[in-house]
Amino acid sequence: MYNSGKIITGLIIFVGLVTLPFWYSIGKANIKPDPSLNTPVINQMKVKHCIESKQFMIDNHMELLNEWRNAVVRDNKTIYVSTTGQYFTMSLEDTCFHCHSNEKQFCNQCHSYVNIQPYCWECHVKPAEEIANGH
Amino acid sequence: MKLLLAFVIVLVLSAVPYIGIKYAGMSYEFGVIVPYAAVAVFILGFVYRIVKWAKSPVPFRIPTTCGQEKSLPWIKQNKLDNPSGTSGVVGRMALEVLFFRSLFRNTKTELKDGPKLAYGSSGWLWLAAIAFHWSFLIILIRHFRLFSQPVPYLINLLENVDGFLQIGIPTLYITDILLLAAVLYLFIRRIAIPQVRYISLVSDYFPLLLIFGIGLTGVLMRYFYRVNVIGVKELVMGLIALKPAVPADIGSLFFIHLFLISTLFAYFPFSKLMHMGGVFLSPTRNLANNNRMVRHINPWNYPVHVHTYAEYEDEFRDKMKSVGLPVEKE
Repeated sequence: MYNSGKIITGLIIFVGLVTLPFWYSIGKANIKPDPSLNTPVINQMKVKHCIESKQFMIDNHMELLNEWRNAVVRDNKTIYVSTTGQYFTMSLEDTCFHCHSNEKQFCNQCHSYVNIQPYCWECHVKPAEEIANGH
Repeated sequence: MKLLLAFVIVLVLSAVPYIGIKYAGMSYEFGVIVPYAAVAVFILGFVYRIVKWAKSPVPFRIPTTCGQEKSLPWIKQNKLDNPSGTSGVVGRMALEVLFFRSLFRNTKTELKDGPKLAYGSSGWLWLAAIAFHWSFLIILIRHFRLFSQPVPYLINLLENVDGFLQIGIPTLYITDILLLAAVLYLFIRRIAIPQVRYISLVSDYFPLLLIFGIGLTGVLMRYFYRVNVIGVKELVMGLIALKPAVPADIGSLFFIHLFLISTLFAYFPFSKLMHMGGVFLSPTRNLANNNRMVRHINPWNYPVHVHTYAEYEDEFRDKMKSVGLPVEKE
């Protein structure tokens, strides 16, 4: 092999970069997200339900919130009719956080696990719990 | 025909994991065994190809000289285009690897009315190539958010810059659009220009279509048909911690994406995609033009046995003296 010094150095750097995720994960605990429904309002509910089905909310909550924002801000529509025919106020703070008042144990669980950085808080204030704790 | 074959191969490669997951329940095979095998083939194959290349001697310097060579002190040398030392070579290689400088110099010859022969710069290929390669790199680095816990700050920064248009939810990434557009351009170029089409092989179409398939499944997963991204990260983190486990209900679209990427990884060392490693070994770029300044000895020169006059005299001194021949050393 010619120029083996340079080539072996290059190959070591290459293999190091390719296997970087393996090295980076050593000694780090892999804590899986566990969104908590343990809030006073949810605990008082006899039948625990969100405004739509659980699966729909998991898949589409971000799009729903985006539609709500556009409807409220641009079209002055503030009432959401769910698929079950119930009426809800389109409001992150009054509707969502009324029940899910635990942002850290609920929203952030999954968001920080897969590194999603929603820009909700550029306009909205955080739920009361967070403010009370001085965050 | 070649195009059709490449297209059918990519379609079959997409159908295999779909059928395997949906009807045969082979999520462990496609979620664990295939990715591990692909990464192993990629690394070993890559190292093998580079070592094989490194075994070829480069008997003489063949840098392409695109500027004034180092000469008399009052003649200005073009240090990047005709480097005579390491720093010039490093600069030239950096421009080549990061910005595809030689591709930027691509020219086009046209016969115009007159008849006149016209030469002009042709930058579209360079533009598409640079958009494609950089987007691909940024997308690859962005995927590190699924490979690390906690996610490094640099990844956050990259995501924010990439998604800074804040269009839609989830935020549209600029590189997603750029990658698909650039691959589409490179593909259309290949079939639309007759000369390029004539020299195109299955191994030219296949990587383009494969990468387009990877980009398309990625975009579909992010913006249209949701997969369980929490499950995806659990799978990936299990893989890199060497404790593989496949969470349920990830979604078959993810397995198509993963299988196409595994194919790309396994195919990489045996294909033209090895230009990733090969670009560093191009003798026309990575050699300094010091042909006359330094003596370059042919690496395969056989060691020639020489018998110098001094040795000759040592051997025959007595005999030479006895017949009266003059000797240098008494």
